[in-house]
Amino acid sequence: MNWTALTVFLLFFLFVTILGFVSANWRKGNLELLDEWGLGGRRFGTIVTWFLLGGDLYTAYTFIAVPASMYGKGAIGFFAVPYTIIIYPFVFVVMPKLWSVAKKHGYVTASDFVRGRYGSSSLALAVAITGILATMPYIALQLVGMQAVLEAMGLTGSGLAGDLPLIIAFAVLAIYTYNSGLRAPAAIAIVKDLMIYITIIVAIIYIPYKLGGFGPIFDAAAAKHKAAVVLGAKAYAPYATLALGSALALFLYPHSLTGIFSSSSREVIKRNSALLPAYSFVLGIIALLGFMAIAAGVNVTNGNDAVPQLFLRMFPDWFSGFGFAAIGIGALVPAAIMSIAAANLFTRNIYKEYINKTCTEKQESNVAKWFSLLVKIGALAFIILINKQDAINLQLLGGIWILQTLPAVVIGLYTNWLNRWALLIGWFVAMVWGTYMAASTSFGNQYKLPFGLGAGTTIYSGLYALIVNIVVAVVLTVIFRVVGLKNGKDETAEQDYVFEG
Amino acid sequence: MTSPSKKASRLWYILLLIPFIATLWPPFYAGNEPRLAGIPYFYWYQFLWVIISAILTAIVYFATKSKT
Repeated sequence: MNWTALTVFLLFFLFVTILGFVSANWRKGNLELLDEWGLGGRRFGTIVTWFLLGGDLYTAYTFIAVPASMYGKGAIGFFAVPYTIIIYPFVFVVMPKLWSVAKKHGYVTASDFVRGRYGSSSLALAVAITGILATMPYIALQLVGMQAVLEAMGLTGSGLAGDLPLIIAFAVLAIYTYNSGLRAPAAIAIVKDLMIYITIIVAIIYIPYKLGGFGPIFDAAAAKHKAAVVLGAKAYAPYATLALGSALALFLYPHSLTGIFSSSSREVIKRNSALLPAYSFVLGIIALLGFMAIAAGVNVTNGNDAVPQLFLRMFPDWFSGFGFAAIGIGALVPAAIMSIAAANLFTRNIYKEYINKTCTEKQESNVAKWFSLLVKIGALAFIILINKQDAINLQLLGGIWILQTLPAVVIGLYTNWLNRWALLIGWFVAMVWGTYMAASTSFGNQYKLPFGLGAGTTIYSGLYALIVNIVVAVVLTVIFRVVGLKNGKDETAEQDYVFEG
Repeated sequence: MTSPSKKASRLWYILLLIPFIATLWPPFYAGNEPRLAGIPYFYWYQFLWVIISAILTAIVYFATKSKT
């Protein structure tokens, strides 16, 4: 047991727990309204949104898995960088429109928007279910990230004793999320992000200094990965399509959209598109930690242990504890936001739509609070009772699935031309095809193009499914128009998409 | 807002396409040389584009900001 590191870890954990409870009073609002509990009253300005989205998108699992991939596979793991470069021009153009229409009509979820745009509760239900399904394994993976640092500090008991620290951490998280809603992760994100920046600035200066500079680091990586230390020609298409597909998917996830909806204006979103790349830069450095682990002689069978072991080897114990706390808290922030986002979806698009149509606002926020607890218990049970690899596979599927809501949500921001039933069928076909591609390649993320296109090269299966999805939706829309099937009633107007609030 | 100025401000958005081209075509950057402080080209090129892309987005933000 590494007591020094553990003590530092626990001190910071205690601090953010207190912060989580106190944050209920921050920019006080009536937490019995879903808009207040689940979106912080849509009042977060540029700086809070920057921290919130930074804490939300760059998760603990990212910090563990990206360097793990660099450590285990080489350059392909670096796709996270082009991925997080091209997200922001996309967000800059698309997301202010979604913010405007949501503000104008009081939408809390993407599914609310789809219902209003296409007048279709079936399509809205499909979007809501996809969102919840994709989010659950993502929360579970945050636990995997936290487990990696807990184990590095020596908390490695077996059975219930081994899982207890994780259970306690999640129970605490669940209670203050229930209590404070989105305000809790927003406040904690500020602490977490500052800790991550400190850890990474120290790491990028101190570790190369100890290892003799970047030259030896990349030489060591080249000795292990051979040609894969930079991208080989065969990996071009997988690399680029993974980056593009992941970028298009990221802001369809409910937890990312929660960060959009909770912003106070369109300007906040646009400014953040220029400011959030700071985190992408940090992510690039974190990716390189995988190579630094190789150069430092870290030898682990599970790549997830590479970064924790690197810290222990290079840093004094107290600073390792600080870095571990940054990663551990980095699991809490997204887990909280994801559970809130899933709760918003369930409450608005399933409970209110199908179970209790006449619910009061207070009932609505209560259901959301309880559902956020349920989601976390589910994620915890999943990790403890089933296994990590299944969670990782499901998260990969989640990425493929959530991308299939793009036609309804993103294309929907530009036109209501696509027919609601065509969209629903396109979505269904793509969900089945996407799941088949993943399952038949033992949960790889690549699939061969058909008809010998691209000489047998593979592309990201999520993007493949998306293309199928769009083709089906367009073709069926044309057919439906010919046979005279009407589109649904669109409750939004053109000027709603530039509404300033 | 008059329509010609709206059209001019839309042209700024073309700048946002540049990062897609620069990063989604790996043949542009999948190489070791030239190294920068020991870092292979593949890596520093992409770090550089994080910064360029942020600057382009900022330019578009200021250029298209409504003057109300």
